[in-house]
Amino acid sequence: MKPSDTFQPVLLEAAGIKDGFSIESYRSRGGYAPLEKLLAEKEPAEVVELVKSSGLRGRGGAGFMTGLKWTFLPKDHPGPIYLCVNADESEPGTFNNRILMEDDPHQVLEGIIISAYATRASTAYIYLRYEYPKSWDALQKAIDEAYEAGLLGDNIHGSGFSLDIYLHRGAAAYICGEETGLIESLEGKRAWPRIKPPFPAIEGVFRKPTVVNNIETMACVAQIARRGIEWFRSIGIPADPNNPRDPGSYGPKLYCLSGHVEKPGCYEAPLGITARELIDCFGGGVWKGRQVKAVIPGGISMGLMTEDELDTPLDFTGPGTVGCLGLGTAAVVVIDDTVSIVDFLHNSCRFFAHESCGQCTPCREGTNWSLRMLERIRAGKGRLRDLDLLVEIGDTMGMMPGSTICGLADGAAWPIKNSITKFRDEFENYIKQTNPTGYMETDPVPALPIVTTH
Amino acid sequence: MIVNRRILTDDMVARIEALASRYPTKQALTLPALHIVHDELRHVPLEAVVEIAKLLDLAPAEVQDTLTFYQFFYQTKPHGKVRAFVCRSISCALRGGEQVLDHLCEKVGIKPGETTPDGTITIEPAECLGACDFAPCMLAGNDLHKDLTREKADAFLNSVGRQNE
Repeated sequence: MKPSDTFQPVLLEAAGIKDGFSIESYRSRGGYAPLEKLLAEKEPAEVVELVKSSGLRGRGGAGFMTGLKWTFLPKDHPGPIYLCVNADESEPGTFNNRILMEDDPHQVLEGIIISAYATRASTAYIYLRYEYPKSWDALQKAIDEAYEAGLLGDNIHGSGFSLDIYLHRGAAAYICGEETGLIESLEGKRAWPRIKPPFPAIEGVFRKPTVVNNIETMACVAQIARRGIEWFRSIGIPADPNNPRDPGSYGPKLYCLSGHVEKPGCYEAPLGITARELIDCFGGGVWKGRQVKAVIPGGISMGLMTEDELDTPLDFTGPGTVGCLGLGTAAVVVIDDTVSIVDFLHNSCRFFAHESCGQCTPCREGTNWSLRMLERIRAGKGRLRDLDLLVEIGDTMGMMPGSTICGLADGAAWPIKNSITKFRDEFENYIKQTNPTGYMETDPVPALPIVTTH
Repeated sequence: MIVNRRILTDDMVARIEALASRYPTKQALTLPALHIVHDELRHVPLEAVVEIAKLLDLAPAEVQDTLTFYQFFYQTKPHGKVRAFVCRSISCALRGGEQVLDHLCEKVGIKPGETTPDGTITIEPAECLGACDFAPCMLAGNDLHKDLTREKADAFLNSVGRQNE
């Protein structure tokens, strides 16, 4: 029954190998040879074409076509062009980038060097979140090794191509994972996302053309260079022939399984594995022999899948068919049947109230008021009307209703709308039971002060 | 006007200046500079903000603007000798993260976000630390504490010199 019987993990191939993080180990597994071959034989445009035709979609959450993103850079730009590698992984439940950086940093570096060559970037910044000191050390050591081996610096292997890679440390702010927030932060400013257009490819960091890619995307680029397009496209879910806008979901994916499973961890599987398969085949089942109540398909901002939706393929389109925002970061969080859905939504609202950057009023106010309402409901002063108010907040904040600059508010709104739609009975029962005399009230009530954010 | 350097040491300045060639603008050194000062002093006092601004050819308000956006940086007083981030996001919360946070705070007699009066430890709730495979978890200094229980939390407090109150 294991869908991965014939599937060989490649992104995680270093896991379990002694000193798998060293340059010697990486070379012994075939690493860096593809880069050297590309530098000697292919033009940057050919490398762009290679990644474009592989069908690789960005692994950071939005799933945009990586090769297509690169083609948006202006042609014949005098430079400099920058590559920003997004290692600000902060979506609750997500840790695949951490695993890649700690266990196999050279795989990430090779992908970065290939991507920089393709995009003609001469400087790459890895924006690494503060919370990953071990990743910092692993990457810095790998960068030092790569310089020593002549894989970084001036005129790499006589190709005429030069590249420097620098680590840049974040300061614990979720919004820095939004690509223009990341750019602003890198420039030394508050991480307020920019209005687009212009997109970063035209005017990004330091007002120069910029590509922002995720760490796992970089690792995929390295594997595509090593194993080829056919290998990559043989894995995953092909494009729907009846939908010309579906670019398909190709390649291996790192799924982060956490929450109420026996064996939480980062598992590599073909795109399109189902949550049920992940839980049963990799996770050792739901912990303590309990039942699944709901599963987050890809980080908390994606919303929830219910137990009867667990056979949905976790590719770029699957979660959307059951009312989730998308695949997101493929961080699968399992919630067992003892958890109150009110507590879940409170946790979600608290996260977004804390992480809203405050630039757009609908998000700053919407995330904070939804948290205040959840605080009040949990304090036994909820009213049935609050559920409609919460949904109204969810409907009005975000890029989709057009009221915010970035997608943070959409991610905040989705769990609200999605969980109230799917678990309305439970919310109503909770409110009726905890506020038996006042649940039908409709008059305005004062909000409780927030006590749990700081 | 001559401002005597009082907060930034020669070493800090040298370390900040050593990074200058990495970026085309001086303003990009703001976060690295704040980190260098914060790592040593456990806070970035206003005087240091003025000195950083001078070093980077910025207005102090520009540095302060960036500093205050990231709630990470302390300003009016240093955080404790150990700064412990206890994760409360969903994966950790599902496995008892908030109970661990409360337990730790109760043991040393502070509220989440506070520092013990002797300055030994600051305990802060954190949003996802990206170690959900080891939930509930805590980052203290550079050390990730995995699969926390009350017993492990107590052992941690002992190791940093905080006996039970």
